[in-house]
Amino acid sequence: MTYLAKPKVHHPSLPKNALGLTRRDYEGANSTLCAGCGHDSITAALIEACWQLSLPPQNVVKLSGIGCSSKTTAYFVGGGHGFNAVHGRMPSIATGASAANRRLTYIGVSGDGDTLSIGLGQFCHAIRRNIDMLYVIENNGVYGLTKGQFSASADVGTKAKRGEVNQQPPIDPVLLALSLGATFVARSFSGDKAQLVPLLMAGIRHKGFALIDVLSPCVTFNDHEGSTKSYLYTREHYEPAVNVDFIPIEREITAQYAEGEALPVVMHDGSRIVLRKIDASHDPTSRSAAAAHVQERMKAGEYLTGLLYVEPSESDFHALNQTPDEPLNAIPYERLSPGAKALEKILARYR
Amino acid sequence: MSDRTPGICMQGRAPRIHHEGLRAGDSMTDRVNDFVIKIATVNGTGSASANTLLMKSIFRSGIPVMGKNYFPSNIQGLPTWYEIRVTRDGHVARSGRVDIMVAMNAETYSRDVKEVAPGGYLLYDSTWPRPALLRRDDITVIGVPLAQLCNESFSGVRTRILMKNICYAGVLAALLDLDLEQIRKLLGETYSKKPQLVESNMRAIQLGYDYAKQHFACPLPLRIERMNATAGHIMIDGNTAAALGCVYAGATVAAWYPITPSTSLMDAFKGFCDRLRTDPQTGRKSFAFIQAEDELAAIGMVIGASWNGARAFTATSGPGISLMSEFLGLAYYAEVPAVLFDIQRVGPSTGMPTRTQQGDILACAYASHGDTRHVCLYPANPEECFYMAAQAFDLAERLQTPVIVLSDLDIGMNDWMCPDLKWDDAYRPDRGKVLGPEELAKIEKFYRFLDRDGDGIAARTLPGVDPKAAYFARGSGHTQYGTYTEDATEYQIVLDRLLKKWETAKTLVPRPLIETHPGADAAIVSVGSCEGAVREALDVLAAQGVTLDYLRVRAFPFGKEVDQFLAAHRLVFVVEQNRDAQLRSLLTLETAVEKSKLRSLLHYNGLPVSSSFIVDGVLAELRGAQAGARATPVAGLGGVPGAGLGATSGRAGQAAQPASAGDAAAAGTNAPPRVERSAAGGHS
Repeated sequence: MTYLAKPKVHHPSLPKNALGLTRRDYEGANSTLCAGCGHDSITAALIEACWQLSLPPQNVVKLSGIGCSSKTTAYFVGGGHGFNAVHGRMPSIATGASAANRRLTYIGVSGDGDTLSIGLGQFCHAIRRNIDMLYVIENNGVYGLTKGQFSASADVGTKAKRGEVNQQPPIDPVLLALSLGATFVARSFSGDKAQLVPLLMAGIRHKGFALIDVLSPCVTFNDHEGSTKSYLYTREHYEPAVNVDFIPIEREITAQYAEGEALPVVMHDGSRIVLRKIDASHDPTSRSAAAAHVQERMKAGEYLTGLLYVEPSESDFHALNQTPDEPLNAIPYERLSPGAKALEKILARYR
Repeated sequence: MSDRTPGICMQGRAPRIHHEGLRAGDSMTDRVNDFVIKIATVNGTGSASANTLLMKSIFRSGIPVMGKNYFPSNIQGLPTWYEIRVTRDGHVARSGRVDIMVAMNAETYSRDVKEVAPGGYLLYDSTWPRPALLRRDDITVIGVPLAQLCNESFSGVRTRILMKNICYAGVLAALLDLDLEQIRKLLGETYSKKPQLVESNMRAIQLGYDYAKQHFACPLPLRIERMNATAGHIMIDGNTAAALGCVYAGATVAAWYPITPSTSLMDAFKGFCDRLRTDPQTGRKSFAFIQAEDELAAIGMVIGASWNGARAFTATSGPGISLMSEFLGLAYYAEVPAVLFDIQRVGPSTGMPTRTQQGDILACAYASHGDTRHVCLYPANPEECFYMAAQAFDLAERLQTPVIVLSDLDIGMNDWMCPDLKWDDAYRPDRGKVLGPEELAKIEKFYRFLDRDGDGIAARTLPGVDPKAAYFARGSGHTQYGTYTEDATEYQIVLDRLLKKWETAKTLVPRPLIETHPGADAAIVSVGSCEGAVREALDVLAAQGVTLDYLRVRAFPFGKEVDQFLAAHRLVFVVEQNRDAQLRSLLTLETAVEKSKLRSLLHYNGLPVSSSFIVDGVLAELRGAQAGARATPVAGLGGVPGAGLGATSGRAGQAAQPASAGDAAAAGTNAPPRVERSAAGGHS
């Protein structure tokens, strides 16, 4: 019932962020997803992350493609514009939107079908261009709206609701992003809000393309025995490797970490991510080591989670294109037109 | 040229080529500044520079000129032709005949020699004499040992090949009486950064020039005489002009995927912007130029950027339009501005990527599934490409919908003589109904798709302005308030409003160009690059007593003037460059015209349509109608014979020109002009 607005009742005791806004101010329309859907938990985490970061709602641009996951952009930050693209092609909309106005915060939400099948090409190229955006994959291994077909992230041996067993190897977005040069690669689980919220905050603040693949069980079509993306299986097989604390620049750094256990990474705007290693054998600062470790654990049937690789980046899309700090959509026409006199000069070449 | 002009005897080895057919001055006497040169070469051998040089030097001599390049989809080694029409009367289309053939490609000799009009000339490289192959009794064959001349004067295989092609320009300069100083000046401009190239090129030119002067009576009767008819004009291709239009329109985001023949538009845009929009201090560029991974992404980027308030565009060709169609449907329904240039090439499928056609008229008008119609603009020449580019952005933003500018390879990649492009500094972009902070402050609630003004256009907002302005752009069913819906009534309200907007579009798009004559009740309707050939054909027909009115559609939706024009004529020839009569189909679908009135003249072999094709087609149809009427009245032709064309039709038959050999030969087929009768079925 997305057309029914949620009543905005502001209890005076609700906590407020730096902008004086409550969490309610970061909500959107009511979800129409199935009760218990992992995606709704991710929506809640996004609301929390945006609130904690005190993002002005109008500066949040929410982008999605087609599918259950892509509906969720209507369910958070109602004060921000949203764009529901065609299937698999949200990255190109995000690229154009970001090109037009670099000052806004771009949050893309996609699914495993939207990203890894029909949208695989655009996903890869958005990473190559290092578009400054958070890209969340709500990964459940199935097509929900068309009633339970395997997606390209379905694991070999996983069982569909009707009993069919998947034989084709999955495309893993984390390994793919690592191989394509992504500068922020994370995996999480919709059921682990404590891990997910700081990851989302760090991903939003990361300059460049930040991928978070979130395992998000489909209660209707992929939550049965034999599925490798059910709640039960995911809870049993997800392995936090590197969790993060996100400390925005605005906040004083009070926490102290013992050396070796925590590694602070300073971001472009001075914010910090503090990497907290759970699994000592994972190195989130080495692309190749991180990829090898993810792959090794995957073979053992385990999902390694957390911020698996991070590299503070400066050369996002706008840096590469040498665009000005001023958004392109705000440059006055007078500065864009070369003028009639210049045209005469230009034409000299064609005489 | 005197009748003693010899073919070339190269160091006594080559047999003399005799030209029994040469009748000096015969039908060539009044061909000063009025003839066609066609140059057959191999691509990748530098002939493009020579051809441009020739064309430009004629233009600089004050004589109107047309240049058309027929090139292969290949980097190096395949046949390529360049046609230069010297036209004192200022025609811009192909005439359909060839007077001088410069045959530099032995592989195509046999077809090239056939194409020369009787009384014409053939120039070839007689280093390797081919008397038998090139013999024709009714033309003059001029042999010049180009390869040998260049081999003696230059070293290096590549240089020799390049210089051989510059050398023929020297021969032509002598034969046509071109100004060598003019040529030197042009070379100086072209190679301003490499002066040594000016010297070597000039040396090759001089070799050819001197040889021709020594061996032939120069100039030919077909020759250049300085005129003053090009002042205030430029020679420019449509892609460059369109790119300039985008710069002047204030476009800041350009996204595309390389595809012939649209690529040069994007290259030109980037070139202009690199020079004009780069801050000299910081090196920052006030534009984003994105080479996309495919056309699916290119149009997505344009839509994303336009939605976010930038002027954004892409350029593509037929295959790209196919790929972009789904997104175009979204932009139509979600009401997002977008500007596309479709530089049409030959289809279907990959077709002939380097040949021209108007084959995307229907695909663009209705691109995407569901009830979708797109605003299309149809420029006829580079001048219109420039102005329509700017207009396209204004329309796209005013109407909040994609606007497709349908150019084609002929307009886009060939140099056309056009009046100087002008820009009015008072111009300010029409950004359409975009609510800014002040307007938003005044309203309590914003509804994205609500028609407040009754013109079918709802106001939009940009991200980042005000939480109150937020809305969800979506291709799924939505209400006028911007929310998701599957409700029958709510869905239909929005769809009906889009129709109302379409009616508004009719009042905003460029009006058709119309020319009428008292008493004429037959007409030609055409589109885009057919313009030049149609205009010349109208003149030729008028000179033969057949007076036709003329309408050129310049935009879709058509608007009431097109309807009125069609209604006011009893017989309408629809001239277009595709097989399936797409413009005629669009006219029958979108106007009230009676289908039986429309006769198609269809040119679709990949070469630009010539004036003679249209003249022949019109006359053939009129003759056919007369013959048919004498026997039994032909359904669908009504009372056309005689009466339909006033007093002139009687003479039309007698004055029929011989069918052009040029068209058929150039196309490599013997296809006659195809006249399609709607009454007999045709496209439906």
